[in-house]
Amino acid sequence: MARILKKRTLTPVTRLFVVEAPLIAAAARPGQFVITRVREDGERIPLTIADFDEAGGTITIVVQEVGVTTRLLGALEEGDDILDVVGPLGTAPEIPPGGHVVGVGGGFGAAALLSLMRELTSRGDRTTAIVGARAKDLLILTDELGAVCDSLELCTDDGSAGFKGLVTERLQQLIDGDGDGGTSPDRVLAIGPMPMMRAVAETTRGAGIETLVSMDPLMIDGTGMCGGCRVTVNGTVKFACVDGPFFDAHAVDFNEAVRRNKMYADLEHAAADRQATACQGAAGGA
Amino acid sequence: MPVKRVDKTPMPQRDPGLRAHDFLEVNEGYDLQRAMFEAERCLRCQDAVCVEGCPVRIPIPEFIHAIAAGDIAKAASILRDANPLPAICGRVCPQESQCEERCHLSGRFTPAAIGHLERFVADWEREQPACEAAQRPWRDEKIAVVGSGPAGLVCAGQLADMGYSVTVYEALHAAGGVLRYGIPEFRLPNAVLDWEIEVLKQRGVEIVTNVIVGKTIALDDLLEKMGFAAIFIGTGAGLPKFLGIPGENLNGVYSANEFLTRINLMRAYDFPTADTPMKAGKRVAVIGAGNTAMDTVRSALRMGAEQGLIVYRRSETEMTARLEEYHHAIEEGVEFHWLTNPIEVLGNDDGWVTGLKCQVMELGEPDESGRARPVPVAGSEFVLPVDTVVLSIGTTPNPLLLSSTTGLETDRWGCLVADETDGRTTRARIYAGGDVVTGAATVILAAGAGKNAAAAIHRDLAAARQTAAG
Ligand SMILES: Cc1cc2nc3c(=O)[nH]c(=O)nc-3n(C[C@H](O)[C@H](O)[C@H](O)COP(=O)(O)OP(=O)(O)OC[C@H]3O[C@@H](n4cnc5c(N)ncnc54)[C@H](O)[C@@H]3O)c2cc1C
Ligand code: SF4
Ligand code: FES
Repeated sequence: MARILKKRTLTPVTRLFVVEAPLIAAAARPGQFVITRVREDGERIPLTIADFDEAGGTITIVVQEVGVTTRLLGALEEGDDILDVVGPLGTAPEIPPGGHVVGVGGGFGAAALLSLMRELTSRGDRTTAIVGARAKDLLILTDELGAVCDSLELCTDDGSAGFKGLVTERLQQLIDGDGDGGTSPDRVLAIGPMPMMRAVAETTRGAGIETLVSMDPLMIDGTGMCGGCRVTVNGTVKFACVDGPFFDAHAVDFNEAVRRNKMYADLEHAAADRQATACQGAAGGA
Repeated sequence: MPVKRVDKTPMPQRDPGLRAHDFLEVNEGYDLQRAMFEAERCLRCQDAVCVEGCPVRIPIPEFIHAIAAGDIAKAASILRDANPLPAICGRVCPQESQCEERCHLSGRFTPAAIGHLERFVADWEREQPACEAAQRPWRDEKIAVVGSGPAGLVCAGQLADMGYSVTVYEALHAAGGVLRYGIPEFRLPNAVLDWEIEVLKQRGVEIVTNVIVGKTIALDDLLEKMGFAAIFIGTGAGLPKFLGIPGENLNGVYSANEFLTRINLMRAYDFPTADTPMKAGKRVAVIGAGNTAMDTVRSALRMGAEQGLIVYRRSETEMTARLEEYHHAIEEGVEFHWLTNPIEVLGNDDGWVTGLKCQVMELGEPDESGRARPVPVAGSEFVLPVDTVVLSIGTTPNPLLLSSTTGLETDRWGCLVADETDGRTTRARIYAGGDVVTGAATVILAAGAGKNAAAAIHRDLAAARQTAAG
């Protein structure tokens, strides 16, 4: 069990939790993740460790409510316990020091950039974060990210904040030398929805810029025991939970990854609909 | 006096037509009358060779005599002294190649039903009112056990009984190892495992779930920072092998570990009441012919598959599953494709499995395992139309823990090197046993290794105490 110490609502469907997990906080490295379960008979889902505080014994996770489990989690309040939290899982990305690293975060992926960018900035790399959302009020943690990067680039579809357009369009401009200080990226790190990561991979492929993406396949154990999380990288099968989640964006088989992630989409939607109906029923009865 | 009867007293079992559609236990167990009736068949041999067939040397004739005399409490205490997990072993041991194989009745008659009797006694014991008062550790030394499979659980229980304070760390959210996530309810009910774990807690063992040693806590920190005097590693052989054939990542291809974990640990059969989804398929091919393969194919039937197929590149003779499970699988309608080697998984445009391309094999010269080597018959390719393929071709130890530390030697199969009799590894104060040392083996071997290591830990710590005192 892990106690929720702090809860913040970032957007109507995105919540941030600071969770008491001293062992995980002490062992975590930027880019690792945890697996959580919120109720008996609940499923196990991976969540990135957005941030961690060893001294305070806490980790920060950001949850976007997209299905049954994330909604149950989103409904928890300060003082509640999360039934199971295990980690830190996965391997922190190895990023050679000294370059200009551009982190691209889509949606809740921005949260995952937080501890990564802080580490890179503090060891002396030049850092830029590009975060995007449909509109201004859906951008998350911009103040926090701004504080840990040399420069922060906001992108919105409707132009309500920062650049009007996609994160990949802004990334292309940076590659073309239009960034703060004019240095184009040496390395790119993309975290967010699969289509966005895939688009980032295509954007940097031509210029041959080293790019890492954080894959999020379906997982169960997170320790290499089930193989459900396998992704193909350069023709070789990898287990994302132990070998990843970061892989060479130009070598990942995205078609396969997208297809495997949708394996249970129909069942999951049906369950989510049923949950929504049940909630309405309960609210109506109250 | 022994009574001559040719056949084992039959084990009452649920009708195959019914049981193949639910997860309730297949075998119903002997009642007292059947148990005493069967116990009378034991010849009470002077040279009880059955005992030699049992990896933990249960005094088999003694406990069977106690049953024949109607003294089940005595039988229970004889059993427990030798085997801390009798209810489990009575259900899952491969008796036909262990105790019962050696039984003098074998040959002309069927052997004494040692496994069924063991199970009967243990089940009886579980139904007695709990009377043991909670036990508290009385020694200073703390011991860490990594992994809560049979090796870890038995080691922990033995050490607790010797007065040590024992903490078991388990990576998953529930304890039991393969007994929890692998072996299905219809063969080993969770209630049996839950009871064993409750008894362990009663005996003072602390079980901490959701801790992956090597990730959450470093192995070396257990010794150096957390004050544990010794560590037992019982992390099993949980890493699934894949064949490396084309199509293995299509939707609808699972490792047996994933397939069984979704069902047993995550209760996908209860979706959407339980949250983990599963698509077990209508025509399911399971590749392999061990216990895991039998559990998988029979689980597939229970998840609603219309056809369950075993696809194995060797023949029936080389199959490694327990005989009883094989018979149950036949009764439940499983199809067996012997000497059939899968070479490719076929899929449709959406990436879902549509078939398994195979070739016919014939048996050649013996290979390094001593079993006849299967060789492909030229031009024999054919396609089995299936929508799900599950790989059950073996597992190896998970390198996660072993690669997180130094000084622990492994062999070329990735197994941790440890002394078979006492579990000592290549590092002082670190012991190991079970599948992590032997590679995928059996529950009773893991339990035996846990017991032996506990004794060695106790001896070594006692010696250290003496040195310190002198
Ligand atoms: C489906 C199936 C059916 C089987 N049927 C039979 C049968 O009928 N008869 C029989 O005798 N045998 C059977 N076996 C084999 C038997 O289950 C195993 O040999 C036995 O469970 C091994 O015990 P163990 O304690 O070594 O490891 P396991 O049971 O594998 O337990 C290891 C535990 O350690 C945990 N762990 C791993 N790494 C870490 C870490 N770093 N930190 C913390 N915890 C960790 C794992 O999560 C797991 O819970 C079967 C196996 C399977 C998979
Ligand atoms: S533990 Fe296994 S081998 Fe030993 S007597 Fe029981 S069933 Fe036979
Ligand atoms: S989640 Fe099971 S192996 Fe990665």
